Amino acid sequence: MTTNDPLLSVRDLRVTFTRHGEEPFKAVDGVSFDVHAGQTLGLVGESGCGKSVTSLALMGLLPARGNHVEGEVIHEGTDLLKLSSSEMRDRRGRDIAMIFQDPLSSLNPVVPIGIQVTEVMERHRDLSRKEAMPKARELLERVGIPDPNARLKNYPHQLSGGMRQRALIAMSLACAPRLLIADEPTTALDVTIQAQILALLKELVEDTGTALIMITHDLGVVAGLCDEVNVLYAGRIVERGDRHRLFAHSAHPYTNGLLGSIPRLEAPRGERLTSIPGSVADNLPWTSSCAFAPRCPRVLDRCREETPVWEEHPATGLRCHNPAEVSHG
Amino acid sequence: MTDQQGTENPSTKRGLSYGERRKQRIDELAAASVDETPGVSLYASAWRRLRRNPVFLIGAGITVLFVILAVISPWLAPWDPAATPLLDKVRPQSNPIPGPEPGHPLGGDDRGRDLLSRLLVGSQQTLIVGVMATLFGLVGGITLGTLAGALGGWVDSVIMRMVDVLLSIPSLLLAISIAALAQKPSQWTVIIAIAVIQVPIFARLLRGSLLGQRVSDHVLAARALGVKRGAIVFRHMLPNALGPVIVQATLVLATAIIDAAALSFLGVGNSDDRRPEWGQMLARAQPFIYDHPHLAIYPAACIITVALGFTLMGESLREALDPKSRR
Amino acid sequence: MLRFIIRRLIQMVGVVLVLSFLLFMWLRSLPGGPVSAILGERATESRRQALEAALGLDQPIFVQYLKFLQRAIQGDFGISTQVLPGTDALEIFLMRLPATLELSFFAMLIAIPLGIPLGYFAARRRGSALDNTSIVVSLLGVAVPVFFTAFLLKYFFAIKWPIFPVSGRQSADVDATRVTGFFVLDGILTREWDAAWDAFMHLVLPSIALATIPFAIIFRITRASVLDVLDEDYVRTAEAKGLTLRVIRSRHVLRNAMLPVTTIIGLQVGLLLGGAVLTETVFSFPGIGQALAEAFRDKDYAVLQVLIMAAAAIFVLVNLLVDISYALIDPRVRAR
Repeated sequence: MTTNDPLLSVRDLRVTFTRHGEEPFKAVDGVSFDVHAGQTLGLVGESGCGKSVTSLALMGLLPARGNHVEGEVIHEGTDLLKLSSSEMRDRRGRDIAMIFQDPLSSLNPVVPIGIQVTEVMERHRDLSRKEAMPKARELLERVGIPDPNARLKNYPHQLSGGMRQRALIAMSLACAPRLLIADEPTTALDVTIQAQILALLKELVEDTGTALIMITHDLGVVAGLCDEVNVLYAGRIVERGDRHRLFAHSAHPYTNGLLGSIPRLEAPRGERLTSIPGSVADNLPWTSSCAFAPRCPRVLDRCREETPVWEEHPATGLRCHNPAEVSHG
Repeated sequence: MTDQQGTENPSTKRGLSYGERRKQRIDELAAASVDETPGVSLYASAWRRLRRNPVFLIGAGITVLFVILAVISPWLAPWDPAATPLLDKVRPQSNPIPGPEPGHPLGGDDRGRDLLSRLLVGSQQTLIVGVMATLFGLVGGITLGTLAGALGGWVDSVIMRMVDVLLSIPSLLLAISIAALAQKPSQWTVIIAIAVIQVPIFARLLRGSLLGQRVSDHVLAARALGVKRGAIVFRHMLPNALGPVIVQATLVLATAIIDAAALSFLGVGNSDDRRPEWGQMLARAQPFIYDHPHLAIYPAACIITVALGFTLMGESLREALDPKSRR
Repeated sequence: MLRFIIRRLIQMVGVVLVLSFLLFMWLRSLPGGPVSAILGERATESRRQALEAALGLDQPIFVQYLKFLQRAIQGDFGISTQVLPGTDALEIFLMRLPATLELSFFAMLIAIPLGIPLGYFAARRRGSALDNTSIVVSLLGVAVPVFFTAFLLKYFFAIKWPIFPVSGRQSADVDATRVTGFFVLDGILTREWDAAWDAFMHLVLPSIALATIPFAIIFRITRASVLDVLDEDYVRTAEAKGLTLRVIRSRHVLRNAMLPVTTIIGLQVGLLLGGAVLTETVFSFPGIGQALAEAFRDKDYAVLQVLIMAAAAIFVLVNLLVDISYALIDPRVRAR
């Protein structure tokens, strides 16, 4: 059921970190995207590209001091960035929910799981603990935790990594938010569990029609899950596309590099793994150039002198002076 | 991390021997894994932050002033602290403590000695007592801690059991017990008693630090490369472990001075007070405290200031070197 | 859970044994030897010989140690020579104990309700004026020697402005019935309100002096603990859930932050004993602290021995209790 109006509309989001005695750091430098109801959007990029900061800014979870946020985040007609903290607090958990990377540290070690689930419902649905407990049980069951009754009374350290993440997913969906943000939810888990959790997320999202923003550095995660993919570099989106299209033909050299560096089973033996040379520390500023220029195999002189502009095509978007369409088998 | 082609290994170019090349690589490895910012060591970045921290600056300032004072005080003091220029002014009944007059800005004490001079020179003895006690405690603690942490096994268990027990006794009581063993209590009694209190603290600290190091990456790497145990301990583990020990030593110095004062107050220490010491002066001032509180307040203020200085410095050092409090 | 307690008890026994051995060695090292230590300088020759036999001084050390343990268990620590000549040392300890317990209780009554909230608010408003002032105050609490604080209090509030009594536990002219040995409690139990009030007034200044160190430590630990917890991921999760500030603070922040604080509070007992020695001396407060100072000064080794051993034993016991209670509140420990 997609309506034409996006569920969430991020417009030119900028987050600058200020540190005492040091240069201000632009973690997010003009990010814009839309999320429609029921859609799964991927935010992909290396560590340090600003994807996590983006999600924290959306939720209003950045620390009170040391940063400056600009732009607009329109959710159901309201700019979230302009809300007071108590108004934002009302929306978190109820309209937008978030799950994080490390399930063990993300859970309160001295409170039983059951209460950590019911507290969301007690808060937003005005239920008493007694009323909420059976629903919590259902939720745990829904996310695939066996023996949910016992688990309600367990403490986080008594659960395995995969179960903890499932419990966190249950907590996030407790009040049926229309948007869920998942920040690297599987990075801290074993590979086999990763697959399970991703499958669970996919299933839940389809069943409930919740929109999902999936933040990850792992393209494998994106491939199976996201409708639309945004590739971030140094705080700006450099390529956007529908998943099938992007994986089949990517255009930005960075995206190409990311896709090219995935080891492929059917590649000939002895073929070297390609990597992207340099690191994020080599970046040039976006204001006067293309940040990726020092590492780009297709760099032109223009790239170091002029910032590339965002070009919107049907179903794709690109920020590059010298793109190349590469087909990936 | 980055490139493979990276920096060339200078040792291959210079043609060093195999052993020396190995050592150099180990050292670089050890240094690299402790670094948090490329090219900036932990100590250097800590120092940068400390330079701007007012708490540290005040503490270090006081400490430095105190040490300077302790060194130059005999020349600074107008009178010999053992001399009794005001003796004829002392009247046990009516005027036991001579008040201020020209040449004696703070007046005298009950034996007619110039108070200001005694205060100034007292810094020397106070510093000596504090430093020696801490030094002995440090040496004892480091020895024990290194033995326990480096050797491990049953040596570790036995040593740590004793240390834990010593730590379980309230420190002042322990000090009193040690002091009670002395036939003729003197300044050395105070020093030793306080040193004994500090030994378990340092031992525990060093051992904990070493244990943490043992499983850290750079030590594992060194072991994997076959470096001998002794070398590992002395060249790779100890230098990293010393950081917290130094911080603790500064803090311990503060408490050493205070505990020394407490012991003097209880009656340990020199009966011969020709060489003044602040704790002792404070203790001697007890009988006169009601009518002449200044006799106690001056040495107490000195003790407090110096202890505060060391504490402020130690605390800010600790916070600066603590990787967790980095923001 | 039970296994945990049993394990801890066994550990405690080990510690007590090591302690007693240390004490035994200490006793033998006292000037004049253990006999003089216990009987004093002026004991008669026959008593000396009797004691020598009882101590087994001619026998191997191990036997001596066993005899020492035996006497200790029987409560025989010798006779006081100076503090209260002729009285059994253990009795002196028992007589003076309630005073120190009462004093310590009131000291903690000041330190905890002051230290914890202040630490919590200082952490929440890190870097604010409140935070910085509190830190300085707590540093002073540690830097100023306890006996000097005691003196200042005594000078200003008992002598210069005689609001509080200068010394002792109870005024001489107050007639009070003794029930428990805790004077304030006694006064309340017997409804002798003037006695209770008088005892209370005597406790105010010494309690404040004694409280300065535990206050400083409790404040610092609470503050550090809250700061640590505020940085934890689960607090971020709680925020992401949109929970009310009240719930976040109580269920997520405080409940975790208080864990190390409770341990610290238990451990304060050791520091209190040390501080009590000094405070009680200044205020002539007849507790075990003053007894210890007297015994030390006058070389009454029998009393000194009892008090040191008792202090260590109390500390070990309190440690055990704290360990157990920590296991009760932290579910992660229970699992082990």
